[in-house]
Formats: sequence, structure tokens, C-alpha cells
Amino acid sequence: MNAIIEFENIGLRYGADEEVLSDISFSLSAGGFYFLTGASGAGKTSLLRLLYLSQRPTRGVLKLFGEDVVMMHRNRLPGFRRRIGVVFQDFRLVPHLSAHDNVALPLRLAGMDEQEIGGPVEEMLAWVGLGERADALPESLSGGEQQRVAIARAVIGRPDILVADEPTGNVDPEMAKRLLGLFEALNRLGTTIVIATHDLPLISMIGHAQMMRLDKGRLIDPTGSLRFPPRNEPAALLGRALGKPL
Amino acid sequence: MREAGRWSDRAARAARSRWLPEGRRGPMPWIIAIMMFLTILAAAAVLSLSHALRQMHGELRGGYTVQIVEANPALRADQTRRVAAMLRAEKGIGGVAVVPEAQLRAQLEPWIGTDSPPEELPIPAMIDMEAAPGTPPARIDALARRIAAIAPSARIDAHERYLGPVERLMRALMWLAAGLVALMVGVTAAVVMLAARSAHATHRATIDIMHLLGATDIQIARLFQRRMGMDAIFGGTIGLAAAGAMLWLLGTRMSAIDAELAGLVRLPLPLMLLLPLIPLGGALLAMLTARITVRRALERTL
Repeated sequence: MNAIIEFENIGLRYGADEEVLSDISFSLSAGGFYFLTGASGAGKTSLLRLLYLSQRPTRGVLKLFGEDVVMMHRNRLPGFRRRIGVVFQDFRLVPHLSAHDNVALPLRLAGMDEQEIGGPVEEMLAWVGLGERADALPESLSGGEQQRVAIARAVIGRPDILVADEPTGNVDPEMAKRLLGLFEALNRLGTTIVIATHDLPLISMIGHAQMMRLDKGRLIDPTGSLRFPPRNEPAALLGRALGKPL
Repeated sequence: MREAGRWSDRAARAARSRWLPEGRRGPMPWIIAIMMFLTILAAAAVLSLSHALRQMHGELRGGYTVQIVEANPALRADQTRRVAAMLRAEKGIGGVAVVPEAQLRAQLEPWIGTDSPPEELPIPAMIDMEAAPGTPPARIDALARRIAAIAPSARIDAHERYLGPVERLMRALMWLAAGLVALMVGVTAAVVMLAARSAHATHRATIDIMHLLGATDIQIARLFQRRMGMDAIFGGTIGLAAAGAMLWLLGTRMSAIDAELAGLVRLPLPLMLLLPLIPLGGALLAMLTARITVRRALERTL
């Protein structure tokens, strides 16, 4: 399989502080399903920020879709960002846009014809259970609803890579399962999924997923090839792999 | 099909217009209205003064008045007739006209009154004439000598000489007004730049989200460009209306003044039609400034 994401000796520091990510090297295959785990402050969000091009690393080589994005001119970055769907931990919905307009935003930015936008957006909102709340502003939505809008916005453009930071943190287990089903369906269509999460049961639901673990800014499994047990395996095995009881 | 396309374009524009929050626009349109009001007034001053100068220059250039200061009315009349005849026969000299004494007395009436009979208070005879363009001063000097041979007390006054200070004052005022227009343009651009920077800072979070969703700098800059353009058109329309009313009022006051010079300072219709171009230019300037300012700010981000 082709590598769609390649990190080579990546380091990241903010200002003059110590590196928050050090010597990160891995490569992720196109069409793969990956979980990124680690304790709070381990560097998961920083690593994801590099992935969705919100930040350039301070050293190393970062390739997306086979191209080095570290030295790439910023004018080319929007084209790459449009191929990456992002679910932010804090949702980052545009506060003055309705749920419908928030979900439609990536399609409009990509210049899609207005007539072709309505159907898919309504369908996506219905899928995440918010068909009736299409006109609601984010401030009138609960945390879980906002998270679902954020997920709908991230997947609406059927991105090549989906990066999600704790995407099920604010939803009930039933909805979490449903959303994971959405990610899986997207993955089956060829999207590479990278999810940062603490939610161990969630990880165990995807049998074919691979896991990377960050600890104090360093990757514990540098190859990124740690295979996770299928969903029927005992949870203890999963807990062992994560280094703590489940 | 075309109808559907138009609907789609309108819908897309409407959707894009919502990307930045609507609501209070702040003082920006009113500041632009004041700028435009002052700019239009200054521009109207430039146009009317330059028009007046052109008119004045055309009318004064080559214009001369021969004054025959002779107390004896019969002798004065004879000298006047002979000088006028000599001038009419002269090549390159045209528009020779003896100013009727009655007209001169009417002009002097506020000072000399109507009681004095003409023989008690003689006034000089005057002959207006125009020399062809490019007539050298030496030719006028030679002409003056020939006039003096007929009427020793005669003297020639060039119109340009006694209206020169007025012309220089008008020219200075015109340049002052032009300077004010340039200053207003600069200040408008600076105000728009500050407003664009402030708006960019205010909407930073939304812009960051749009960037991460794949918005290009141009897409984001267009939002601000459009908003500033709308503010400028609104402000410009208000400014134009206010300045139009002010110019109309000034026009009526000027036309009430019964003076030849004041009559020159007016704004003819073709020049008046240039004034609405100023708010239009202001809107374009505001849009361009907003676009450049926001793009520069965006270039400092990833």
C-alpha cells in the first residue's frame, strides 16, 4: 500500500520551549485506520495539528500524499487541506453559521455548485441525527450535537484523510458507535482515518485498526504497525497493549 | 438551465456573504461618508477653479484697454474716434470696441453719483481691443507709441496685468483643494486599512477555521473586500448626497453675486458629472486596500 502520511525525524517546539514532539518517524498507508493514543499532554493534539497542516514542524520531513509539505509554499496548502477532513477537539464550528451552513462550508470553499450542496448536507445531518436541527446555530446545540456537526463537516467532502481529535468525547455510547460506523464506512471508501482518543472501548471496536502511542512527545511504536486485536479479543489484551488495565 | 445557474450563483453569493457575521458595521460607513463629503467638496473646488482659470485665461489673454484721459470732451471724442479707426485698420488686432460713455458712467455711478453733469466731471474714454494670440510685446509697445502720437494722454492696460493677482490666488486655491483631495484619498485608504486589520483580528477564529477547511487567502480576502466595498458604497452615497446639497446651496449663493469674476467660478454640467465617480473610486480604493491589507495579514500565518 502507498504511504499517504510520512513523518521522518519530526520535531516540534513552540517558541523557545522544549520540544513537544521529538524524533517522530512513521508512515501511514492510504486506506488505513489508525488510532493515536497517549496520556494528556503526550503530544497527540500537536501531532494532529501537523497532520492537518495547522502547524509546520520545527525539524524533520513531513510528507502528505507523497509531497513534502514542510518547505511547501503556503499558497499550495489549501489544496492539501481540502483533502483532509478534521474533527477538532473543541469542534470549532463557525458560531454565526447554522448547522447546515457549517456542514456545507467545506463544499462551498471547494467551489461546489450550490444546487449540488443541499442534498448531501441534509443527508449527512440526518445521518448524524441532526436533520431537524439544520437551522440551529451552534450556541443552541448541546456539546454532543456540536460534535456531530463537526464530524459531519469533516466527512462531507469525502476527504482522503480524516483526522479526528477525541471525536466521540461528548456523545453517548450509542451515538459513538454510530459515528464510528460512519468512519468505518468512509474508511471502506478509501479514506485514511487517524483518530486521537482515550476511549479504549472505541479502539477495540475496529478490528483492523492500527495504533500509535505517544508518550512525552515520543512515539512508543515508531513503526506504527502495531496491530490491534480483533474486536472479539479479550479486553485485557487491549489493555496490555495500551500499558494499563482496561 | 440558465435560470437555475443564476439561482445557484445568487445562492452561492448569499452563502458566502454569511461567512463573516452580519450585524453592526460600526462607524466605518459614516467615517467614509464624511471623507467622501469632504473629498467631493474639495474636488468640486478643484474642478470649478480650474474651469474658471481656463475661462479667465481665454478671456484675458490678448485683451487690452486703451484709456484716453482727456478733459476736453470734443478733443477726447476726436482722439477716441481716430485711435479706434487706426486700431481697426491694424492687422492682428480685433474686437476693437469703444465703450459707450453711458456704460462707463453707469459703472461709476456708485462713486460719482448722478448729480454731476458730464462736463463737470469728465471721465476717460475707453477702447477695448484684442491682440491675436502670440502677438509679441514689442508689437504692443509700437502700437502704444502710435496711439500716443494721436492721443498723447492715452495709455494701454493689459487685462492680464491687473487680473494677474486674482489668477494667482485662484491657482493657489485650486492647488490647495487638489492637495486636500490627495490627503483625503490617503486618509481614506489608511482608515480602511485600520478597519480591515481590526476586522481581521475580530474574525480571526472564523478565518482560522476557514483556512483549515481549505479556504485560500483570496477567498478570505474577498469577504473583507466585499464588506469594505459595501461600507464604502453606502458611505459614498451619503457623502455624495450631502456634498451635492451643499454644492447646490453654494451655487445659488454664487449666482446671486452680481460680479463677473464670481460668475466664472461655477461648475458646468459635464464637470459636475465627474463628481459621482469619486465615491465609486472611493469604493474601489476601499476594496483594494482591504484586499491588500488582509492578504498581507494572512501571509503571516501558515
